[in-house]
Amino acid sequence: MREITYAQAINEALRENMRRNSRIILMGEDIGRYGGIFQVTVGLLDEFGPERVIDTPISEAGFVGTCVGAAMTGLHPVAEVMFIDFTTCAMDMIVNQMAKMHYMSGGRGKVPFVLRTNIGAGRGAAAQHSQSFHSFFMHIPGLKVVTPATPYDAKGLMNTALVDENPVMFIEHKKLFITKGHVPEESYAIPFGKADIKREGTDITIVATHALVQKSLNVAEEMSREGVEIEVLDPRTISPLDREAILNSVKKTGKLITADEGCVTGGFGSEVAAIVAQEAFDYLEAPIMRVGSPDTPVPFSPPLEQFYIPDEGSIKDAASRILAYQ
Amino acid sequence: MVLSKEKKLEMYGKMVKIRSFEERIVDLYARGLVPGLAHLYIGEEAVAVGACANLRDDDYITSTHRGHGHVIAKGADVRSMMAELFGKTTGYCKGKGGSMHIADVNIGILGANGIAGGGLPIGVGAGLSAKYRKTDQVTICFFGDGASNNGTFHESLNLAAVHELPVIFTCENNQYAISTQQRMHQTIKDVSIRATSYDIPGVTVEGNDIMAVYEAINKAVQRARSGKGPSLVECKTYRWRGHHEGDPNLGERYRSREDIKPWVEKCPITRFERLLLKEKVLTKAKIDQIKETVKKEIDEAVEFANNSSFPKHEDIYQDVFQEEMGGSR
Repeated sequence: MREITYAQAINEALRENMRRNSRIILMGEDIGRYGGIFQVTVGLLDEFGPERVIDTPISEAGFVGTCVGAAMTGLHPVAEVMFIDFTTCAMDMIVNQMAKMHYMSGGRGKVPFVLRTNIGAGRGAAAQHSQSFHSFFMHIPGLKVVTPATPYDAKGLMNTALVDENPVMFIEHKKLFITKGHVPEESYAIPFGKADIKREGTDITIVATHALVQKSLNVAEEMSREGVEIEVLDPRTISPLDREAILNSVKKTGKLITADEGCVTGGFGSEVAAIVAQEAFDYLEAPIMRVGSPDTPVPFSPPLEQFYIPDEGSIKDAASRILAYQ
Repeated sequence: MVLSKEKKLEMYGKMVKIRSFEERIVDLYARGLVPGLAHLYIGEEAVAVGACANLRDDDYITSTHRGHGHVIAKGADVRSMMAELFGKTTGYCKGKGGSMHIADVNIGILGANGIAGGGLPIGVGAGLSAKYRKTDQVTICFFGDGASNNGTFHESLNLAAVHELPVIFTCENNQYAISTQQRMHQTIKDVSIRATSYDIPGVTVEGNDIMAVYEAINKAVQRARSGKGPSLVECKTYRWRGHHEGDPNLGERYRSREDIKPWVEKCPITRFERLLLKEKVLTKAKIDQIKETVKKEIDEAVEFANNSSFPKHEDIYQDVFQEEMGGSR
């Protein structure tokens, strides 16, 4: 099967859906001629024209809100917010308008709208272009939150996002854009709320998102040589969350590590830990470990930034502590 | 501008209906018969009715926290509104939205809005959608003088101007952002001059003169329908009641009864009434008849709301998401 990058996979999904459905338009800063800051929308302006691929002023609240209004009146917009850090400028539109319109109106209005943005440190872009606060959005009822880790998942999940009539936060990872993987040329959809077991194992469950999926797989391979079989579970969407798959895995292994790039406190891992502690307490054989970023802003200096980003070492530490537990 | 007798009577009737609806809410609130929060529109009726009289059913409006007038002017049903204010299942939003979230997409009401300035980008989106779908629908985006200081005001006017969208930004300048008087929240006197920054037409009219509002909005609507882009229309008016029902003594923490008095004398309904009597569109008897019909309609709405049931606990989980999926794959 051919290999394409994560960015190309999203681009392909956008392109195919735009060909299929004329209701889909794109809005964002520098997504047209420039092709998007990470080149995800490259070529789409040429194919679909400026009526459908709209470069906006620097107005996150303005264009995100515009997408809400367009969605309520018959279109299916896709917005690109250049970095997740910039969603804060549009937080009213996301949290108070996009997420709640359907509920507040008693189901009379709907908001089929995909907001694309990205997380992740590692580009020396410091504290306002590198954050990973995607789990914030899982705290907001009314939003679906998608977290693709591979090119295959990115295309399949985008295909689902673009037939879902609800608001979707499609949260990409900027360090994954250039990673390659097998992606079928034909169209396929990955349902929301269905976790993927990226590797089966019997000894420890790692619930991992985004870039930490691959890092967890690397650790799993390494530890397999030492006789420890790790199961790597990627929820793929953190809202809806496949609680059943997580619980089943933990019931099998008795041990849980969460691996997510957000700051540990109040993050995705904390929620998963709470679910497991509540629903599978009797199956746990060791304390739950959370791998994530330190509770600091993202630092600039390269050694500090590298120290900040959770990696294979952080996962191995967590695994050893679990295995050492008597 | 020459309007038919029927049109003028319809406009007058809507003003009376808004006033009557709001006065009933005053009474119901005072007696503790409706829950929550309501921001009343009394004194500003000429703006909503004068503006919406230019719209078709398939045109859009976005409204504000003070939205009862706008939605009645756009054609909302007062029974569903009243039931919503009572928190009943038969309300516009099944009791989930209340006063600040009344929406009826079928007649272009994209929602009142609890966030000052929250409706402006949504109105721009409706405009973008209409232009993209190549219809000649227009959107009136209502907001107050207070919201004109919010970033969304500037972002929205700029976006609509750049894309020449069919949006009429209608500033209802009632001179107060809750308690903060206009001179304390902005250095300009006329919000309409801000149109200059976006190179679009901006005009200020006497907001208690329904014909002046109608004509200014008419021009803006024609411009929008013909694809020439957005306009900013400021209507100067005044709110008679406090910011919300429960704002003590009609807002005496920040204004006096003496401040309110001249505006009550400039009542937009009395003013239109005088004009229509002079034009012989109305007679004293006809006025009484209209008021009686409206009173009956409001009585029925209250009865309907009273007789409707509250949502069940399990209803809390309904309508978080749209269940049905879109286009096939």
